[in-house]
Amino acid sequence: MDMVREVQQELGYVPPEYYELIAKEAGTHRVEVESVISFYAFLSDRKQGKVVLRLCDDIIDRFKGADDVAAAFENELGISMGETTEDGHFTLEWTACIGMSDQAPAALANDTVLTNLTPEKVPGIIAALRKKFDPQDLVSECGDGGNADPLVQAMVQNNILERGEVLLCDCTPEAGLKKTLEKTPQEVIAEIKESGLQGRGGAGFLVGLKWDFTRGAAGENKFILCNADEGEPGTFKDRVLLTERPDLMIEGMTIAAYSTGAETGIIYLRAEYAYLRAFLEEVLNRRRKAGLLGNSISGKEGFNFDIRIQMGAGAYVCGEESSLISSCEGTRGDPADRPPFPAIAGYKVSPTAVNNVESYCCAARIMDKGAVWFENIGTERSCGTKLLSVCGDCERPGVYEVPFGITVAELLKKVGAEDAAAVQIAGPSGQMIDRGQYHRKICFSDLPTGGSIMVFSAQRDLLEVVDAFMEFFIDESCGYCVPCRVGNVLLRQRLERIREGKGVPEDLDYLERLGKSTCRMSRCGLGQTSPNPILSTLKNFRPIYNALVREDRSGLQKSFDVLKAVEDASELTGRRSVIFHAR
Amino acid sequence: MKFTIDGQEIEAKPGQTIMEAADAAGIYIPRLCAHSDLKPIGSCRVCTVIVDGRPQAACVKPVAEGMVVENETPELLEHRRNIIDMMFVEGNHFCMFCERSGNCELQAMAYRFGITAPQYPFQFPPKEVDASHPDVMLDHNRCIMCARCVRASQELDGKNVFQSIGRGFDRKIGVNGEKVLADTDMSVDDRSADVCPVGCIIKKRTAFKTPIGQRLYDHQPIGSDIEEGGHE
Repeated sequence: MDMVREVQQELGYVPPEYYELIAKEAGTHRVEVESVISFYAFLSDRKQGKVVLRLCDDIIDRFKGADDVAAAFENELGISMGETTEDGHFTLEWTACIGMSDQAPAALANDTVLTNLTPEKVPGIIAALRKKFDPQDLVSECGDGGNADPLVQAMVQNNILERGEVLLCDCTPEAGLKKTLEKTPQEVIAEIKESGLQGRGGAGFLVGLKWDFTRGAAGENKFILCNADEGEPGTFKDRVLLTERPDLMIEGMTIAAYSTGAETGIIYLRAEYAYLRAFLEEVLNRRRKAGLLGNSISGKEGFNFDIRIQMGAGAYVCGEESSLISSCEGTRGDPADRPPFPAIAGYKVSPTAVNNVESYCCAARIMDKGAVWFENIGTERSCGTKLLSVCGDCERPGVYEVPFGITVAELLKKVGAEDAAAVQIAGPSGQMIDRGQYHRKICFSDLPTGGSIMVFSAQRDLLEVVDAFMEFFIDESCGYCVPCRVGNVLLRQRLERIREGKGVPEDLDYLERLGKSTCRMSRCGLGQTSPNPILSTLKNFRPIYNALVREDRSGLQKSFDVLKAVEDASELTGRRSVIFHAR
Repeated sequence: MKFTIDGQEIEAKPGQTIMEAADAAGIYIPRLCAHSDLKPIGSCRVCTVIVDGRPQAACVKPVAEGMVVENETPELLEHRRNIIDMMFVEGNHFCMFCERSGNCELQAMAYRFGITAPQYPFQFPPKEVDASHPDVMLDHNRCIMCARCVRASQELDGKNVFQSIGRGFDRKIGVNGEKVLADTDMSVDDRSADVCPVGCIIKKRTAFKTPIGQRLYDHQPIGSDIEEGGHE
């Protein structure tokens, strides 16, 4: 995978004539190389431009004008989305959420992030790029905090709008690690368990328990993986932690290594965040020099741990822990069957603890301030604070650190969206709720979320949102299992028929049954949640559907397009239908 | 160890999968990607059962003492039927003149579930036919992505002729050669040429040799051999 990425970086694509050579180098088969390249969105077997412009196509960006920006790029470059200019200078593509929904519309120009795009800015962007084809030239002013670091130099703004007492407050560096090393690994795990810390990626598995399993599993080499692949559309909170709290995250990984006995760590960084790579490498280097990574960490004899960064290549499913592991191993990111769980047999079939960026940050803080302190924040069953990334139709989109248990209404007040018509909790794989449910709480037992909160005003067509989410899942399905590969395509087709006004009341039952089969029968979390946009709106916004599928009094079948049905025959015979075309 | 399937107590050996234990006990759990000579991968999901309340693929899930497994519930039968329908509409299956007809596991499964026509709209995706190889034909129209050929080539033939490429709805079986099957070291004697459950991998010059009435599923539905306890 790293080899393929390097070739891609160097040549702008991976020519099929190189497959054999790469396979030989990697000790594998040609078709395995093709398999990897065809899996990841950021790898290509066709020659791409010197600058690849990837416009974020999530619904938030679309509502903020991404389509107009795309049209402006198409116009300026004389190509359509998905094409490369004849001179080989530019490729124009859509891409899934790049984690900039608070400054949308956004795009990537190679690794450089472009935010707050408007059609008016496009001619200037292209003119500037034509000079040296260096997207970094487009960054005239850097964002705040770590975004201005010499190794980042990004126009990205943090938009931190509320700091809580766990993650974004000021804290003493390495205090958690220091206290960790005064304890035995078992005591550390006991402390994390007692704190009630649950995984922040969304699934909410108990972190202490996961570490305990990893520690107890047989295997000489153990691994600590950090999931920095926040791909759920509308999530951008790890982006902020990566620039503002990288040391805290690595400190947390180091604590995990100490408690489990792991000597190797991997940060799996999503391809969209490649602009943070050099910066993070430098943080790792600095820590190595300070004795916080490497052999005998902080002078503790026998405690050896180091970390490498693994770049992703554009695949949402790789946020799923078993896919992430496959991807780290350099193969396709198809999810794996469980059992065995990663804690028993994960990376390289060795015991592996996979946690989210935010989870590691929390762990470091717990070791400093104690389990009881952490437990007392939030609700009884959802301890601590949660970073929320709020975007969409609100006055103040950005990152909020709030205690678990905050109601949706309280959150909407903070972000300036009290009149919101709908709120999407936890991204497309979560659920869309209506006004009548704003009293509900954001916590594991009521409305769990990995961080994504999207707000929609009454002006929005909510079924357009649902349609965009289904398109996202279709694009991101790995295709391994039947229900996810096919079910989502069928769901979206029927949804589109309803949106076109050609639906019938039975279609709603069809969606429910098909959605349920897809959820229940799919292999991994992607397929098990992908029908949620449809299922949750059928439940919470039924009147919208009902209005679209009214029975046709004429008795005709609305979904049957007779002109389309005779189209082929009409073309073959070279004449129009006397009966149907006459109407 | 003991566990139950639909209330019936089953004896199992540690390390067995639910499917293996069920087969030995004469209980048929429908499956398409699973094959007794190959490592299971749980991709078709037809064998999904409910284990202690959670859906699991019986071909990969190991048995555990006291496990409660649901197999033939109305809910599961409907979900399985839906998945079988999905396989019919995602490809281009033309049973009435397919060489595999009567010996095809997908077709037989549809009959077992009483499917006469799929409830979902046909997708009619454009697919390739690779007839480059002198003895073996690869017709992607009829592929269900079970990856039996991938596994058979690796596990039984010691080769690597096939692998999945692409993702999502465009996922397909690729071959380990510059372009087509003829560019690979595929041989008609490979086990990978035998294991295809549908009419995707076809040996040339063998079609329609078995008369109707003598084909695998002409008299008994698929799974009957297991239900009669004659399996393994």
